[in-house]
Amino acid sequence: MSAVAAQYDTLQKLGVEVISVSVDSQFVHKVWNDNELSKMVKKDIPFHMASDGAGNVGKLFGVYDENAGVELRGRFIIDPDGVIQAMEVLTPPVGRKFSESIRQIQAYQHVRSKKGAEVCPAGWEPGKKVLKPGPDLVGNVWKVWDPFKDH
Amino acid sequence: MADENAGCARPTGATAPETPEKKTTEPQAKEIKMSVARVGTKAPDFDAPAYYRGGFTRVKLSDFAGKWVLLCFYPGDFTFV
Repeated sequence: MSAVAAQYDTLQKLGVEVISVSVDSQFVHKVWNDNELSKMVKKDIPFHMASDGAGNVGKLFGVYDENAGVELRGRFIIDPDGVIQAMEVLTPPVGRKFSESIRQIQAYQHVRSKKGAEVCPAGWEPGKKVLKPGPDLVGNVWKVWDPFKDH
Repeated sequence: MADENAGCARPTGATAPETPEKKTTEPQAKEIKMSVARVGTKAPDFDAPAYYRGGFTRVKLSDFAGKWVLLCFYPGDFTFV
């Protein structure tokens, strides 16, 4: 979570709010912030750190491990309509790549701003080629998008 | 006693002998209806206690309607990854 806190300004610029969730109490969250996270990111954690002691929230999102009594590393991108656009779930020993979350948010924001008239191909990042689905593009993606150059 | 590999989840090593399951024909009253989240569908709402900027409060997902939300679950405070 320190990686998310460190990049929080980037998220703010994109208009994204963060909620972190674990089974720890809100009191333990405070102590973790005060004694470790704030030292790692040189500031206090700027977002809500939710407590899900019984795993009820994790169960709703399919990321609660009943045997271990902990949440898996589940990450969800939720749009302004409350719809889940993307999810990623990792087992505990490997961390997420934060820049990939940002890339996906930017891509979904682009699609939303164009009301779906443009879509973002593999590896898309801001400034890269988008595709405009329609009859003319069927069977012709190979003419406009090169997986070696455009990815 | 050998040291155990600490791993990266919150340690939850304790085990207890299996308790015999209650034999009942009645449905479990507290069974949670599982509507597991899926992409392209509405995120289930929740309301949870939270720590936020020095204070204790609650956080409700639906209060963030109209905004983009990055919701991150993780195994536990004071773990290593």
